[in-house]
Amino acid sequence: MIDDLPTDRAEHQPDDTGYFGDFGGRFVSETLIHALDELSEAYGRWRRDEEFVQRMDEDLANYVGRPSPIYFAQRLSEVAGGAKIYLKREDLNHTGAHKINNTMGQGLLAHYMGKKRVIAETGAGQHGVAAATVAARLNQSCMVYMGDVDIQRQAMNVFRMRLLGAEVTGVSSGSATLKDALNEAMRDWVTNVDDTFYVIGTVAGPHPYPEMVRDFNAVVGREARRQMLQIGDSLPDALVACVGGGSNAMGLFYPFIADQDVRMIGVEAAGQGLETGKHAASLCAGRAGVLHGCRTYLLDDDAGQIQHTHSVSAGLDYPGVGPEHAWLKETGRASYVSVTDDEALQAFHQLTRLEGIMPALESSHALAYGFKLAADMRPDQSVLVNLSGRGDKDIQTVANLAGLEL
Amino acid sequence: MTGRIKDCFSTAKTASRKVLVPFVTAGDPDPEWTVSIMHALVAAGADLIELGIPFSDPMADGPVIQLASERAIERHVDLGNVLKMVEEFRRADTTTPVVLMGYMNPIVRFGSERFPSAATRAGVDGLLLVDCPLEDRGGLGVAMEDAGLDGICMVAPTTSRSRVETITSNASGFIYYVSFKGITGAGQLDSQGLSDPVNQIREFSTLPVAVGFGIKNAEMAVAVAEHADAVVIGSALVQVLAAAATEKAACAMAASLVAPVRESLDNMKSGVCPGQTEKT
Repeated sequence: MIDDLPTDRAEHQPDDTGYFGDFGGRFVSETLIHALDELSEAYGRWRRDEEFVQRMDEDLANYVGRPSPIYFAQRLSEVAGGAKIYLKREDLNHTGAHKINNTMGQGLLAHYMGKKRVIAETGAGQHGVAAATVAARLNQSCMVYMGDVDIQRQAMNVFRMRLLGAEVTGVSSGSATLKDALNEAMRDWVTNVDDTFYVIGTVAGPHPYPEMVRDFNAVVGREARRQMLQIGDSLPDALVACVGGGSNAMGLFYPFIADQDVRMIGVEAAGQGLETGKHAASLCAGRAGVLHGCRTYLLDDDAGQIQHTHSVSAGLDYPGVGPEHAWLKETGRASYVSVTDDEALQAFHQLTRLEGIMPALESSHALAYGFKLAADMRPDQSVLVNLSGRGDKDIQTVANLAGLEL
Repeated sequence: MTGRIKDCFSTAKTASRKVLVPFVTAGDPDPEWTVSIMHALVAAGADLIELGIPFSDPMADGPVIQLASERAIERHVDLGNVLKMVEEFRRADTTTPVVLMGYMNPIVRFGSERFPSAATRAGVDGLLLVDCPLEDRGGLGVAMEDAGLDGICMVAPTTSRSRVETITSNASGFIYYVSFKGITGAGQLDSQGLSDPVNQIREFSTLPVAVGFGIKNAEMAVAVAEHADAVVIGSALVQVLAAAATEKAACAMAASLVAPVRESLDNMKSGVCPGQTEKT
């Protein structure tokens, strides 16, 4: 179900104009306003449509493989020596990450709206692969925009997308990474707005994307809430998830927002260290501004130019963040911390060796912090870490950092 | 509406003259040349100048203007520099309106609340924010009104009738009609198709209508001016300037692109006055 949240959470919806407090909105060119209105209307209608919801539930179960399990990482917990560490296994989803929850939803919505062409931006390629996967299944033509730099470092995912029938277009402008791919996808959308559905990969962008992408990912948090109650008869004491744009974190956090005793911690990429300037921690080290259709926290210079970012994990390498995270930070309901490349890599190896689970480098950020946090907590407490994706895609990166040629 | 924009259009209307609006990115290709280029444009027949504020992520612009932005940013052109350019331009030209065109974030960083008054002090007349619809202006909108800075609004081919009404009732200066669905500098302009949307704007507003996006030469400018009060030429001009090796060459190139457009607009025999376009 997309919409089974208790009504006391209504205050956590964006308002009618798409704002979470001061954050969000629709900062796009006039040409797109109509498309966003159309999308808001369609989403508002189909999310409550019985047939749509049923089809969504079936696809999530039979195609994506939901519910994803909760796994008690016993050896990891023992090494941490504090709270129990649980992992929400989004890495076991079809295509290997949480991204498919959202592309499944948006792809289906595009289908119901009669749009035959979908476009997407991608950084690491995970969202691109997830969008191409759903497009293949729903017989939609799919164009994925990807920065030239990312195409270089994620060659395998580029090939995966092409195998799935998607066209991958390189973007050479700006820093030739995710933010530039998003610009280019927006340009495509503004040009082909009549027949094209833009599948945004994270909880950013203009209203209604932050809300819609959150809702499609909230299945993660709903399941986790239920599963934790079944396992231990209590909710976890803390939730930990990595934050680039913030879709896996928002999906996990959202159903817990009213559970005030559950701490929510988002982990950003500190790259080579916040003090070096080579990072992607917009909430920890940025400030409010406007990027890619919404008012949110971002990394820019004193002239308001968006900064190039750095993270070992391409999926976190983004200078903005979803507006709802900006709001959760401002209200204090969630807190945001950062983890360096080195710490994330260490967590990658640690989980691989202790539990036989190879996490994505993105998720490794959450693991690194979750481990530290658990170490300082009591054994009767628990930490739930969102294992948002699997690490197969990162093996090349990990090998290169170790100076190995595969 | 500030004095200069209003005067510009009313003078033009009296003279049955079409308003010619060249767009250049501030600081491109060289920050030292911008003011001279602006003067050269006016000398060649420009009536109003649109000056682009460089931004790193111009999602509504095509590659030509994006590259211009990147060049200007490499030369460290920020919003403060842009205002200084306008200030310098004003020392020699007190009548030609200047409209800044750009994206929200540089304005946020400058300070949304203090920007409008700083802009009008520098001699800016209007502000066109590509990525900020009316509803999302917030404190900036109030500050613009207080400072007397015209908020130029865009209307697109996709804009619904009821929204055209809302936009036009809140706009000032002039209305900027985006001639096609797409990014700046792209697309095939269908000047015939302009008639209905421009007339729709005129149903709700007496403000002059400028049309931009994709107008590359005199012939297209004339076709557009059959319907519009003002014609914007952007990417075609920016493209030409990119190749200039010296300030003198840049000014000459700008003039040689704009002068023939001016001439063709002045030679239009339709006799259609601004605000009185007949349905074709």
